[in-house]
Amino acid sequence: MLDLTTKKIVERKALRINPAKTCQPIGAMYAALGVHACLPHSHGSQGCCSYHRMQLTRHFKEPVMATTSAFTEGASVFGGGSNMKTAVKNIFELYAPDIIAVHTTCLSETIGDDLKTMISQVQPDVPEGKYVIHANTPSYAGSHVTGFSSMVKAFVSYLSVNSGTKSNRINVIPGWVEPGDMKEIKRILSLMEIDNILFPDTSGVLDAPMTGTFEMYPEGGTKIEDIIDAGNSKLTLALGTYTSEAAAIELEKKCKVPMKTLGIPIGIEATDRLISELATLTHKAVPSSIEVERGQLVDLMLDSQAYFSGKKVAIYGDPDTVLGLVEFVISLGMIPKFVISGTPGDTFARQINAVLAENEITDAVVKGSADLFELHQLMKNEPVDLLMGNTHGKFIARAEDVPFVRVGFPILDRYAHQYFPIVGYTGAIRLIEMMSNVILDKIDRTCAEEDFELVM
Amino acid sequence: MKDFMDKVLEKYPAKTFKSRKEHIVIKKASEAPQKIIANTRTIPGMITNRGCCYAGCKGVVLGPIKDMIHIVHGPIGCSYYTWGTRRNKAKTQPGGQNYIEYCFSTDMQESDIIFGGEKKLRAAITEAVEIFNPKAITISATCPVGLIGDDINAVAVWAEKTYGIQVLSFNCEGYKGVSQSAGHHIANNNLMRSVIGTGTKVPTKKHSINMLGEYNIGGDGWEVARILKKVGYDIVCVMTGDGSYEEIKNAHTAQLNLVQCHRSINYIAEMMEVKYGIPWIKVNFIGATGTTQTLRDIALYFGEPELIEKTEQIIAEEIAEIEGQMQYYKTRLEGKTACLYVGGSRSHHYQTLLRELGVETVVSGYEFAHRDDYEGREVIPSIKLDADSKNIEHLTVEKDEKKYRMILSPEKYEELAKIIPLAKYDGLIKDENEGTIIIDDINHYETEEIIKKLKPDMFFSGIKDKYVVQKMGVMSRQLHSYDYSGPYAGYKGAVIFARDITSGVHTPAWRYVTAPWKVEPLLEGKVVGGDE
Repeated sequence: MLDLTTKKIVERKALRINPAKTCQPIGAMYAALGVHACLPHSHGSQGCCSYHRMQLTRHFKEPVMATTSAFTEGASVFGGGSNMKTAVKNIFELYAPDIIAVHTTCLSETIGDDLKTMISQVQPDVPEGKYVIHANTPSYAGSHVTGFSSMVKAFVSYLSVNSGTKSNRINVIPGWVEPGDMKEIKRILSLMEIDNILFPDTSGVLDAPMTGTFEMYPEGGTKIEDIIDAGNSKLTLALGTYTSEAAAIELEKKCKVPMKTLGIPIGIEATDRLISELATLTHKAVPSSIEVERGQLVDLMLDSQAYFSGKKVAIYGDPDTVLGLVEFVISLGMIPKFVISGTPGDTFARQINAVLAENEITDAVVKGSADLFELHQLMKNEPVDLLMGNTHGKFIARAEDVPFVRVGFPILDRYAHQYFPIVGYTGAIRLIEMMSNVILDKIDRTCAEEDFELVM
Repeated sequence: MKDFMDKVLEKYPAKTFKSRKEHIVIKKASEAPQKIIANTRTIPGMITNRGCCYAGCKGVVLGPIKDMIHIVHGPIGCSYYTWGTRRNKAKTQPGGQNYIEYCFSTDMQESDIIFGGEKKLRAAITEAVEIFNPKAITISATCPVGLIGDDINAVAVWAEKTYGIQVLSFNCEGYKGVSQSAGHHIANNNLMRSVIGTGTKVPTKKHSINMLGEYNIGGDGWEVARILKKVGYDIVCVMTGDGSYEEIKNAHTAQLNLVQCHRSINYIAEMMEVKYGIPWIKVNFIGATGTTQTLRDIALYFGEPELIEKTEQIIAEEIAEIEGQMQYYKTRLEGKTACLYVGGSRSHHYQTLLRELGVETVVSGYEFAHRDDYEGREVIPSIKLDADSKNIEHLTVEKDEKKYRMILSPEKYEELAKIIPLAKYDGLIKDENEGTIIIDDINHYETEEIIKKLKPDMFFSGIKDKYVVQKMGVMSRQLHSYDYSGPYAGYKGAVIFARDITSGVHTPAWRYVTAPWKVEPLLEGKVVGGDE
């Protein structure tokens, strides 16, 4: 497995090998699916759209609908305006979404298609009460995370309105997490009896039930009227700097809704911060049910500590997710040895290094804009006890025989992951289960027969 | 059926209606030959299943060549999405290299778009050579590359000179042509121009063959090779499943080309015949009947009585081994109906196998096939290239005076052509039952309408359709990825396919779709939704 990966690390400036990121539009597509009756539209050549639908479908094992402008060579030279016009007409006629959320690709960005103008030109074909919005998502900048963030922001830019009547709700932008995570965040908010608008929200969309009927627009997704009304909320909580902050800032700028950025609530400390923040904001006591969950998590951390203490971990993935995971493994007494993201930007390393410094961990390797080839090389030079990240890590895990926990995006080779959270105290409990399972499985598989234990 | 399809089309805006109706044919033997419009541009906003030229070139044809480094020049997505997603399996040869588990990209950034990416591409090649020391490299262009004017061909020439290895460049920008098909053509041209025939192997062995258009999905190519080797054939090269650079270089030494996927490789098959005198036949290793027929055709081509006898002996052996199982699965599947919507070849090939299992095909179509794949190669002279495809280079080759061999005399050729499909492919329409609907570039809306109306028992398509179809209560199997199973080719593959679809149709979960407290009764395996 990965036999050609050398132990010797040659510095690379140009060749990307086994990336730890993908491109912007898929993130925009995912974000758009979190809005009810929204059809994502890819303004580029059709290959992108097919790839993005393919990857999301393989992750969720669910239908992922999206349309494309299907550029030809002619449109690529002379502009995709008429493609967009034809598309919008066909889409409303055939698929009747409430809103079309357009994103771009490297093609339409390079030729400089002016989406704002194009959208104003297609207005005659937009039925009454329906919307066409857009986000620019050039694939040659940032990563899929950037695309996600830009699309969430676009919903705010196009839709949110401050009507002058403040509501009692708070906005929560959950970041790029799974439907199970969004459901968990909503559950926490409801346990705390906090009126909220969560957006985007892919629960009920990408974990839809089997009923014998295909629903083009499943029940889930944030309602358009809620995104409009988000302009009246009393506060926005952006969970995740990379994924959610841009939309919250936009909402503050546009509708004067104050905002605060927290991390994605992965692990005990990040969840504590979220709960404390919510309690402070709403002047509500934390319900005992949440205290019980927290207590169960701490109990479990103590029960299982022997298997985590001092163990080295390699973590890769999207910045906001990785930040949460790093903090969590430290709280378990583990050492995050290699921390990698493919997404560019200095914020990632700065945030991770701050957490490491706070915990006096000094010899970790932290890299943004890195890839899995490099991570593997680092692991060849200094083995770790646990690897955490998306499906692509399974090759390294097998090559180096490292216990492996699938977390993040995409997970292409396992079922049911989107139903369960990794956020909140409950999510942290699940992470402990997954992490200890793989560690104990390896001990069971590799120990001498005379050391094989019944109780562990 | 015609009325039904007319009703489906009624919903389209006028312009869309006009275009789509030409892509739909209902088989009527009395109207033969029937014409279909194919390989035209995708209508924006329809939810097509099609991919792009880059996918056809790098993803399909080049990617499986295991010992070349395939560098994608573009932003990260294009290379990322072809990383391990098509199941073209490959084994490392002793002492050889295998890059199948890797993904290489220049990961273009904004500055590369603005100032050009050639410098970065050169640096990427340098790094690839330093780290891996590969035998050869390919460069595939993506959408922005053509637009900003990066000259990847010049970079390839520079790299060959600098590093002394072959570096091939492919201008397969995603917007070229109208589908994956353009990419096949572009890949074929450069493999033909620069790789095939450059090997130094001397043609010696008798009964040597190439397998063209076989990508070893789920190990298909290996199962086919197992059977062919058992008969005694020498496989010179496979294009391109588990393919190796060295073997492709020597492809010109074979005596016969077998064409499995007509769409993706017929260009090379034609050109090798002109340049090296190697005839080709259309084969089909899907299903026992297809495989048996193909083995007989190959034996007749070489024409030796011992070979023909050996072939029959192996056919008998193989059939004996699977007969009982195929019979059993047939009892579980007989009378069921299927829809097939795959890329450019499988929608036809799998019908033979489904027929063996008693399953009738009621709808079939391709994403990106051309008229010849639907109507047969005889229509090629009448196909006019439209504006969207005319910029795809047509490579003309000439007889290679040194390497050309007359393998069949013209008389022998003519005689054989009467009994085996020499340079011949009849296409899909002729094989269809009366009343079968044939749809080109089917979209989501049409798929949904068809399922509601025809209530098929199974729908074979790809990953983007799979869960739509399943949610409608119809068993769906992917005929691109085989749902991570396979091989499906050859005799053993037929049994695996039969097992997979039987388990899919009969899986207990179908019984639980409707909760017991709901009043509506439910027919097993026929949970078709909608307002029918």
